Amino acid sequence: MEMNAKSADRNLLLELSGELDHHGARNAIRDLEMAIEAALPKKLVLDMAGVTFMDSSGIALILRAQQRMQLLDGSLLVCNVPQQAKRVLDAAGIGRLVKIR
Amino acid sequence: MRSKATNEFLLEFPSRSSNEGFARSAVACFAAQMDPTLNELEDIKTAVSEAVTNAIVHAYPETIGKVSVKGRICPGNILEVTVKDRGRGIPDVDKARQPMFTTGGEERSGMGFTIMESFMDKMAVRSVAGRGTTVVMRKKLAPRMKTGK
Repeated sequence: MEMNAKSADRNLLLELSGELDHHGARNAIRDLEMAIEAALPKKLVLDMAGVTFMDSSGIALILRAQQRMQLLDGSLLVCNVPQQAKRVLDAAGIGRLVKIR
Repeated sequence: MRSKATNEFLLEFPSRSSNEGFARSAVACFAAQMDPTLNELEDIKTAVSEAVTNAIVHAYPETIGKVSVKGRICPGNILEVTVKDRGRGIPDVDKARQPMFTTGGEERSGMGFTIMESFMDKMAVRSVAGRGTTVVMRKKLAPRMKTGK
């Protein structure tokens, strides 16, 4: 699980790649929080294009991102979700809570 | 739920999180002989990942214990996967199966059982406090054109 951060003008883009399971999510959640802490963004975009596998651990990560952005009065967008990860999000009804494009 | 298997395997490993990827890939490799669609294979991998992660996170929270995964191919092109641990058990299975319920803290979403249920056709959970948990999941794969044997 890799996370690549790009930040400009209080916009934070986090590109996730690899397998987002419980094993990978532990570090990813820590990296996510550090990146948000450093950038204090108004808008966070999670780009999931490189995620080759995701289970409910990915839901925990997305919900954590949502929670942190709410505390900052900012917004979260999850984009480029591969089909397998999308089906996990749909099964859990996460589209009702988080903006996914 | 017991029926004669045409092929089966048994896998056992310590409850280290690095084995989550190994377990779901192993089951997917075994299921490949059933000629599954890519979607079916992804569903199986996801459900196995959830069950194995539950065992690793909840059955042995402070220790490393053994997790076993059994795969069986049953008549009717049905894959049965059993994930078993001898850990602390689930005190209230019905409660644990509810969406968003978790005792795993912020690292977990509480959606594991929901995902197993929606990605497989059948799921049964047996658990005894202090003795362990067994999750049995079944999925019928769509019949495909037979090529060769």
